[in-house]
Amino acid sequence: MDLGLSHYLAVTAALFTIGVVGIFVNRKNIIVILMAIELILLSVNLNLIAFSVFNGDIAGQIFAMLVLTVAAAEAAVGLAILVVYFRNRGDIAVENVDLMKG
Amino acid sequence: MLHQLGALRALAVYAFWILATIVVLSAVMVIAARNPVHSVLFLILAFFTSAGLLVLIGAEFLAMLLVVVYVGAVAVLFLFVVMMLDVDFVELKQGFLSYLPFGLLVGAVFLAEIVLASFAGLESHVSTFDASPGAATNAEAIGQVMYTQYMLLFQMAGIILLIAMIGAIVLTLRHRPGVKRQNIAKQTSRRRSDAFELKDPSSGQGI
Repeated sequence: MDLGLSHYLAVTAALFTIGVVGIFVNRKNIIVILMAIELILLSVNLNLIAFSVFNGDIAGQIFAMLVLTVAAAEAAVGLAILVVYFRNRGDIAVENVDLMKG
Repeated sequence: MLHQLGALRALAVYAFWILATIVVLSAVMVIAARNPVHSVLFLILAFFTSAGLLVLIGAEFLAMLLVVVYVGAVAVLFLFVVMMLDVDFVELKQGFLSYLPFGLLVGAVFLAEIVLASFAGLESHVSTFDASPGAATNAEAIGQVMYTQYMLLFQMAGIILLIAMIGAIVLTLRHRPGVKRQNIAKQTSRRRSDAFELKDPSSGQGI
């Protein structure tokens, strides 16, 4: 059996689901939540690239690069917010974030 | 020749299954590891093996980009933050088991939806693939459209990165009192007349 699009779709579906489950099971640990988001973005990227390759259209790979850019930006800003939050409160427990409501 | 090609394809399928298994297992370990440092290391493993998956189908440029950007920048950033924050991670792991059933339920629903959707309209798959349509290499194919057809998107990506960089710097910058800092504007606007003056005292007298 040749390597086909459905192989890649299966892997990315598994990765996406693991990422979603990771967000739910690590409700208290925001660092792992951010990592789960990175996993989800990775699965989306793999999906875009797989579709691009198997349909012979290069546009999907350009979009994957843009998703990569946004993922990097999101990680940088998210971690910066986390560092500021830790500096202000001394821990990173996300249940207390709603104190910021004012 | 044909026989060799068939053997290569079979090899590609074996490599795919090995890499796919590693990706999925390391993704599970990312969300299940007790120590966040281990999570980050498994995340790096997942990124590396997915780069391998991309090399298998000929998307080399994106594979290398994945290694450079995700492993080189994002994962190392995570590693820095995890090691920098002095947090009791054992306490944060509490409630993992109580959230697990709900998380698995949501995951099962997601997976079922994805599987149903992909079975709905995915029978016309092509087995011969073309990672670089109309160009010699994958990087060349990307370059041909990225700086022409997708110029605006490329520029916008740059602006997004710039804004994120400024945002991260502004968020984490703080001015601590009592720390001497360089004031470049003050330095460069300093004139000779501000710094010293010449007096001409007559001899035998002070100023």
